[in-house]
Amino acid sequence: MYMFKYILKRLGLMLMTFCIIMLICFVLIKLLPIPINAGLGVDRELIEANLRARGYYDPIMVQLWNYVKRIVTEGDFGIGVNMPGYINQPVWDAFVTRLPPTVLINVYSTLIGVPIGLGLGIFAALKKNKWQDHVISTGVMILIAVPSIVYAFLIQYIFCFKLQWFPLMMATGTDYFTGEMFLSMLPAVLSMCLGSIAGYARYTRAELTEVLTSEFMLLARTKGLTRGQATLRHALRNAMVPIFPMILSEFVAVLSGSMIIENIFAIPGVGMMYLTSIQVLDYDFFLLLSGFYTLVGLLAGIVVDISYGFIDPRIRMGAR
Amino acid sequence: MENTNYTHIPKEQFEFAEARDFSHDKKLVTKPVGYFHDAFRRFCKNKGSIVGAIIIIALILFAIIVPFCTQYTVNYNDTYYRYTLPKNELFANTTFWDGCEEKTLNKQTFDYYYLMGEETGHPSVKNNEYTQSGSLYTFRLDSYHSTGCVYYRAELWEYEKIQQYQNETGRQVIYPMIPLSKRPQSSSMRSDANYYYETRMRNGGTEIVYDENGDIILAYASHPVGEESNDNYHSIRIEGDGENGEEYEYARLTDTGYEIRINYYEYYIYYHTYYLQDGIDEPIFLFGTTEGGQDILTCLASGARFSFLFAICVAAVNLFVGAIYGSIEGYYGGKIDLVMERVSDILASVPSVIVITLLQLHMQGASTILVLFLAFFITGWIGMASTTRMQFYRYKNQEYVLAARTLGAKNRRIIWKHIFPNALGTLVTSCALVIPSMIYSEVNLSYLGIINLSSGNLTSVGTLLANGQPFLTTYPHIIAFPSVFLALLLLSFNLFGNGLRDAFNPSLRGSED
Repeated sequence: MYMFKYILKRLGLMLMTFCIIMLICFVLIKLLPIPINAGLGVDRELIEANLRARGYYDPIMVQLWNYVKRIVTEGDFGIGVNMPGYINQPVWDAFVTRLPPTVLINVYSTLIGVPIGLGLGIFAALKKNKWQDHVISTGVMILIAVPSIVYAFLIQYIFCFKLQWFPLMMATGTDYFTGEMFLSMLPAVLSMCLGSIAGYARYTRAELTEVLTSEFMLLARTKGLTRGQATLRHALRNAMVPIFPMILSEFVAVLSGSMIIENIFAIPGVGMMYLTSIQVLDYDFFLLLSGFYTLVGLLAGIVVDISYGFIDPRIRMGAR
Repeated sequence: MENTNYTHIPKEQFEFAEARDFSHDKKLVTKPVGYFHDAFRRFCKNKGSIVGAIIIIALILFAIIVPFCTQYTVNYNDTYYRYTLPKNELFANTTFWDGCEEKTLNKQTFDYYYLMGEETGHPSVKNNEYTQSGSLYTFRLDSYHSTGCVYYRAELWEYEKIQQYQNETGRQVIYPMIPLSKRPQSSSMRSDANYYYETRMRNGGTEIVYDENGDIILAYASHPVGEESNDNYHSIRIEGDGENGEEYEYARLTDTGYEIRINYYEYYIYYHTYYLQDGIDEPIFLFGTTEGGQDILTCLASGARFSFLFAICVAAVNLFVGAIYGSIEGYYGGKIDLVMERVSDILASVPSVIVITLLQLHMQGASTILVLFLAFFITGWIGMASTTRMQFYRYKNQEYVLAARTLGAKNRRIIWKHIFPNALGTLVTSCALVIPSMIYSEVNLSYLGIINLSSGNLTSVGTLLANGQPFLTTYPHIIAFPSVFLALLLLSFNLFGNGLRDAFNPSLRGSED
C-alpha cells in the first residue's frame, strides 16, 4: 500500500513538472510570430489559411485551450509548416514514422551493451586488483571519459571507410528488419553502446566488489557452496539491486536517442527530426518533440526510484 | 633560621629529585595540517590525477600560448591552401607529418604533377621520387605544392610590384604565359595554369602531347628576340628563354590589367612577406588547414581558449548562485525547501536543447555567447545547489552547530562560517567537473548546428568538428586534431576530478570506481 501511494505521488509530481515545463514552452513559442518559409511548389496561402482555421492567430490562452482539446479529443498535435516532406501534414503521424529507427538502435545497443558490460564488470570484480582488473578498469575509464562524438568518428572512419565492413550511412527505406538494414545500423549501435558498456562495467564492478566482501558470502562458502555458486546465487543477485534500475533508466533515457549519433550516421530518427524542426522553425514539431524529450527524461528519473521497490523486497518505498 | 641562600654552591651540584625525561614536554614542532593542505597531500599521492592535472595544464598553456605564437589568425584563410595536410619541418624527410599524401596514379595524372615541379623547381611529387609498376606510378603528393601555377589578373601596380620583388629577392613568381589558343580545350581545364605544354582532347579528357622523344612540347607565348613586346616584363626570365631566337612573354594584356601566370607557392610568400607584411612567411601548417583554408592549429587553440574562459566564467557564476540557493534550501528546510526544490526540479528536467532554442528565438540579435551563457546558467547552477543542500542537511543538526547557536550566532553566521566550509570540498570537485562537461555540451551544440559560434575572430572546437565531418573520409586530419584535443581534455579532467573527489572526501574513496 505504501508502495502504491509512493508511486502515485511520484507520478503526480512528475506530471506536474511536465505540465509546467510544457506550459512555459507553449507560451514562449506562441509569443513568436509563425514563420512560413514557403518554397517552390508550396502554396503559402493554403498553409496560412490552414493555420488561421486552426486558430493559430488567436490569443494565447484560447490557443492553449484548443491545443489541449485537440490533443485529448483527436490526438491532433498540429500540422507541419516548414518541415521538409511533412508540410501541411499531421505532426503526430510524422513523429510515429520516425520513431522506429531511434527505438531500434536503442534496443540493439541495450541488447549488446548489457551482457558485455555486466560480463566485464563481473570479471573485473572477481579478478580484483589483478592485471585483468586493471586492464578493464583503464579501458572503462577511457571509454567513459572520451565523448561519444569522438569514437563515433573513429568507428565511422575505421570500420566504415578504411575496412569497409559497414556502409557509411544508414540504408534508406522503412524495412527495418532486414540483414542489410541491421548491418547499416551497426556502427551507430556500436558507438552508442560503447559508453553504456563502460558505465555498466564500472557500476557492476563497484557493486559486486562490495557485495563479495559481505558476511553472507562467507556464510555461503562455509555451508559448502563453491565460489562460482556463491557468486552467481548470492553475490550477483544482491549486486543486481542497484544495477537493474540503472539499466532500466539508461534504456529509457537513450530512448530519446543520441542526436549526435543520429546526426553522424544520418539515421532518420526522432533526433534528426528535432534538429530539423529547430533549423526550419517548425513550432508544432518543436513542441511535440520537446514534450517527448522532457517526458523521457522525467520517466528515466522516476523509473529508478520505483523499480527499487519492486526488485528488492527489503526496500519499502515511501514507508515511514 | 635555615639558610636557603646557597650562593656559593655551584649549579652543577644541584640535581633533580626525580630522574625523569623532560623531553616529552617539548613544544610541538610540526606544523598543523589544514583541511586543504591535507587534501592537497592526498591528491598528490594519486598518480592518475597528477597525470590528469599535468595534461590539463599543458592544454591550458597550449590554449594560451599558441594563438600568440602562430603566424596565422583565426580570420586568416586562403582559397588555394585548403585541405592542406599537416606538415612539420622536423619530419620533412620522413613519410610522416610531411604534408604529403601517398598516391597511386596513371601516367597522365602523374606527369601532370611531375611536370609542375620540372618547370618551377617546387616539386609537387615529393623529392621527385616515385616508383613505377606497370602503368601506375606511386609517389607522395606534396599538398603544399600541388596547386602549382594559377592564372592571376593583376593591375599594373601589382604587376610592377611583383617584378620589383623578383628583382630584389631573386625568387621567381611569374612564369611565361600560355596563349589562349594553346590552353587545354576542355572548359574545366582551360583555367588550369599548370598545362604549360601542348595538350589535346581525348575522350572528353585532356591529354598531354609528347614529341618523338617522349618529351613535352612547350606552349609558352613568345615573340622573336628584339621585337617590341607589350608584356612590360623586365625581370627574371626562366632558363632557356631567348634561345632559338624566341623570347617568352610573361603577361597577357587584358582590358583591366595584366593576366599573369604565377607559381602560387612563391606568390604566397611574396604576398605575405612583401605586400601584406603580416608576419607570415612560408606556408607551413602544423595541423593542416580546414575546408575554408583556415589554419587548424590556430583555430583549435583559439577555440580552446574561448572554451576554457567561457567554462570558467559560467562555472563561477553557477557556483555563486548555486551555493547561495543551496545554502538557503538546506539550512531552512521545511516549506522553503519544498518550494525551492520544486523550482530547481522543474528547471533541471528541461532538456538544454529546448532552453537554448527558446532563448535563441527570443533573443534574436543578441550574441550567441550571451545566449549560450544564459542557457548554461539556467540549467547549470542546479547541480551546485543540490550539492550544497546535501552538505547542509548533513551538517546542520550536528552538535557544534547547536553550540554555535547557543552561543548566540546568527543564522547568517552559522550558514557561512560553520556549515558552508564543509561543502567547499565537494563544490570544488563539482566545479572541476563542470568545466569539461560544459565544453562537451558546447561541442555537441555547435556540432548539431543549434548554436554557431564561428564569427570573425571567434571559433570553437565544436564548429571545427562540425565543419570537418563531411571530409571525414577524404581529409580526416581536419577533424582528427580537434577530436584528439577533446578526448584528451575530457580524459584528463575526468582523472583530475576523480583525484580531487578522493582528496576532499577520503571516506568516498573507491566507492565509484
